[in-house]
Amino acid sequence: MFRWAATGSGVLLLLVLAAVAVFLVVKGWAAFTASDATLQTEGNLPAGVGNLAEYIGPLIFGTLVAAALALAMATPVAVGIALFVSHYAPRRIAGAVGFVIDLLAAIPSVVFGLWGAQLLAPRIAPLWQWVADVLSAIPGVTVTATATGRSMATTALVLAIMILPIITAVSREVFKQTPRLHEEAALALGATRWEVIRTAVLPFGRSGVISAAMLGLGRALGETMAVLMVLSTSTGAGISFQIFDSGVLQTIAANIAAKFPDSSGLAVNTLIATGLALFVITMAVNMVARWIVSRRHDFSGAN
Amino acid sequence: MRATPAADAAVPVRSLGGLDASTRDLLSTVDKGRRRKDRVMTGLVWLAFLLAAAPLVSLLWTVLHNGMTKFNGYFLLHSMRNVSGGMDAGGAYHAIVGTLLITLGAAVISVPIGLLAAIYLVEYGKGHLARAVTFFVDIMTGIPSIVAGLFAFAVFAIFFGPGVRLGVMGSVALALLMTPVVVRSCEEMLRLVPNELREAAYALGVPKWLTIVKVVLRTAVAGITTGVLLAVARVIGETAPLLIAVGTTASINFDLFSGRMMTLPVFIYDQYHQGPARCAPNATNCLVSINLDRAWAAALTLLLIVVILNLVGRLVTRLFAPKLR
Repeated sequence: MFRWAATGSGVLLLLVLAAVAVFLVVKGWAAFTASDATLQTEGNLPAGVGNLAEYIGPLIFGTLVAAALALAMATPVAVGIALFVSHYAPRRIAGAVGFVIDLLAAIPSVVFGLWGAQLLAPRIAPLWQWVADVLSAIPGVTVTATATGRSMATTALVLAIMILPIITAVSREVFKQTPRLHEEAALALGATRWEVIRTAVLPFGRSGVISAAMLGLGRALGETMAVLMVLSTSTGAGISFQIFDSGVLQTIAANIAAKFPDSSGLAVNTLIATGLALFVITMAVNMVARWIVSRRHDFSGAN
Repeated sequence: MRATPAADAAVPVRSLGGLDASTRDLLSTVDKGRRRKDRVMTGLVWLAFLLAAAPLVSLLWTVLHNGMTKFNGYFLLHSMRNVSGGMDAGGAYHAIVGTLLITLGAAVISVPIGLLAAIYLVEYGKGHLARAVTFFVDIMTGIPSIVAGLFAFAVFAIFFGPGVRLGVMGSVALALLMTPVVVRSCEEMLRLVPNELREAAYALGVPKWLTIVKVVLRTAVAGITTGVLLAVARVIGETAPLLIAVGTTASINFDLFSGRMMTLPVFIYDQYHQGPARCAPNATNCLVSINLDRAWAAALTLLLIVVILNLVGRLVTRLFAPKLR
C-alpha cells in the first residue's frame, strides 16, 4: 500500500510534466488553427504582424538575445567566483561568499526588477550611451542608446546577476571534485596557481561548466518579472540588434505577463501558444544540460 | 597553499640549512611572465567576487533605505480598499494574507507528493522508472514560472471558463514549481540516513513501510523541514504565475476558492506599474511618490519574510538534527 503510494507519486510527477505540455497545446490550439485574418482581428496581434509566426519569431529572437547576453556576462564572473571559493579564498571568506551567493539566489525576481528599473537603469544609462558612441565611431555602424537606460543591455545585466548563483553553485561543485593528485602533480612540476587551474581544474570541470551555463540559460530564458519591469515595453516586438535602445526587443515571458491580464478570447490562446514555444525551448535547453550532468557519474546535482 | 616555482635540478644547493640569498633570488626571478600572469588571474578572480557582491549590497541597501519610508504597523495592517490616487494611505495587509494563504496551499499540495516521490526514489526506486523520475524532476526545476501560471490557468479555464481567477490556481502554479525542489531536498536528506538504522529495524522484524515511517522519516525530519522551508522561501517571491492565475484586488480575501487575491510580489509589481500618482496642485493628502513608496515597503516586507524563512530553515537543522555517532 505505502509502496504504491510512493511509486504513484513518482509517476504522478511524470504525468504532471506531460499534462503541462498537453494543456498548453489544448489551450493554444485555437491560435494555431485560426486563420490569419481572424488572428489579426481577434488575436490582438500588434499592427503590421500578419500571422502567428511573424508574432512569435521576433519574441523568440528577443528572448534569445536577452538570455545570450546575460549568459555571456554571467559565466566568466560565475566561474571566477567558483574558482575563488574552491581554490583562492581562505576558508572563512569562502563561507561568506557561499552565503552571499545563497542570498542572491533567495532574492525574489520582482525585487530585482524594482531595483533594476529604479536604481540601476538611470545610473547605467550614461555608460551605455558612451559604449554606443564608441561603437558608432566604427564606419558604417550606427548604435543608438536610450536615455532612460531601460534597454536590453540593462535587462541582460539584471538577468546576469540573477543567474549567477546557479552557475556558480554547479561550477563550484565540479571544481571541488578535481582529483587532488592532478593538482598536486601540476604543483610538483612547478606550476603556478593559475597554471594548476588551467592545466588540471578547468579541463576536468569543462563539461560541468558548460552544463552549469546551460542551466543558467534556462533560467534566463524563462525569467519574467525582471524583463517586464526593466525593459521599456513597446506595442510590438521586432528584430533588432540595437541592444542599448528600447522599444523594439521584447521577450516571450515578459510579453505574456504584460498582455495576459487584459486579454480575452483568442488573444489568450495566442499568448498561450507563445508560452508553449517558451516551454519547448527551455525544456530542450534543460534536457541537454541535465544530460551532460548525468553523464558525470558521481556528480551530486545542482540544487 | 602557495605555489612557488620548484627548484630546478641544475641549481646547486650550497648550504644544507636552506636556500641562500642568491639561490632564492634565482628561484623567484625566473619566468617573470608566468608570475605576472598568476598575479593577474588572482586579481581577476577576486574582482569576480567583488562584482557579485556589489549589486547585492546595493540592492539590500536600496530596499532597506527606500522601504523604511512607509514600512510601519499601519502599512502591514491595512489593505488598499477605498484608496485611490495619491492618497497617503493603504497598505499590504491583503497582499500578505494572500501570499501566506496561497503559499500554504502550494505547500499542502506539493509536500506530500514531493516527500512520497523522494521516498520512492530512495527506498523503492530501481530501474528505468526511477531513472526517468530523477531526470524529469531535474527538468521540472527548469520550468519557467510563467509557464506554470499558464498551466494553472489552462487547467482551470477548461473546467470553470476562461475568466476564472482563484487563489487556489496560484497554489497549483506554485506547487508545480515547488514540488521538484521538495523532491530534490527530501531525497538528499533521506539518503543521509545511515543504512544500519534500516537494517536494525528489519532485523527486529519491522515491515518496510513502518521502518520508513518510524525510523527513516523520524531521523530525517529536521532536514526535511529545512528543505521544505527553503522551497517555500523560493516560491513565495514568484510573481509571474500569480499575476496570471490569481489577478489583483484591493480588498482582503481569505477564501482560496473564490475570487481574486492580492499577493505581495504582485502588489509590488502593481504599485510599480501604476507609477507616480497625479496630484492636484493644491492637494493636501497626496503624495506623488506614494505608489513607489508602497512598492519598496512591500519589497522590504517580502524580503524579510524570505530571510526569516531561510534563517528558520537553517536553525531547524542546527537545533534538531540527530547527532549521528
